Amino acid sequence: MTATLPAWAALPAIVLLVCGGLLTAIGSFGLLRLPDFYARMHPPTMGTTLGAGCILLASMAISSGLLGRPVIHEILITVFVVMTAPVTAMLLVRAARYRGTRQQKQP
Amino acid sequence: MRLAGARGWRRVSPVLAAGLLVMWLLLNQTLAPGQFAVGLVLAVALAWWSATLRPLRSTLHRVDLAAGLLARVLADILRSNVNVARIVLGLVGGRRIRSGFVSIPLDLRDPHGQAALAAIVTCTPGTVWVDLDPDTNVLTLHVLDLRDDADWIRVIKGRYEPALRGIFE
Repeated sequence: MTATLPAWAALPAIVLLVCGGLLTAIGSFGLLRLPDFYARMHPPTMGTTLGAGCILLASMAISSGLLGRPVIHEILITVFVVMTAPVTAMLLVRAARYRGTRQQKQP
Repeated sequence: MRLAGARGWRRVSPVLAAGLLVMWLLLNQTLAPGQFAVGLVLAVALAWWSATLRPLRSTLHRVDLAAGLLARVLADILRSNVNVARIVLGLVGGRRIRSGFVSIPLDLRDPHGQAALAAIVTCTPGTVWVDLDPDTNVLTLHVLDLRDDADWIRVIKGRYEPALRGIFE
């Protein structure tokens, strides 16, 4: 790709990518750090909501900047994630309830 | 809401078909008449075929409430991302984090509205939809940072439920 990325697209994209990466990393770190199954359900959601949202916005900015026209079809990824992520989360949490997972002691 | 079993054109849900058409145009990134025609045929055909998979049809009422609801959900997702990040990093000022289950009696009865509420709740970090009792219509949530049950009852019943009831019931 020889086209150069204009600054109006590059600067927000940098900020958004760093934010998205940090949020997703903190979310994954939380999966390791929190004490029990139910608490661990929560942090990875950060990666699929605001984390993914920031990265997709960055993708829109970069594609729009390179192609010189608005590129917004990344929005579909958000729609699909919002429709599918709750299904797996609910399956996991209901399976845990069904098996009677005991909550471990809080730290 | 009416039971399926509709025949002919009534099998095609206009909202589903319109959504599929928009999806097709977005995927192809075009508004060209040819792609519009292909998308329209696909959307109607897929909506017709998928009617058998949908036991319940929904009717939308106050669609105008969706914009306000969306803004509220986005604001809550933003806020709860920050809250959960602080809990994971331990930046809570030494406060003990107590997580647990909350029971919330729902007035929302429409299954599509309930599905939308489940998506909202589960997409918000810090809350997961656990169960909805079909007889009593009592919703069970798991909350990561549970300070007071009443806070969460207020969030669900005050911020989300009225708009969802307006849209779906």
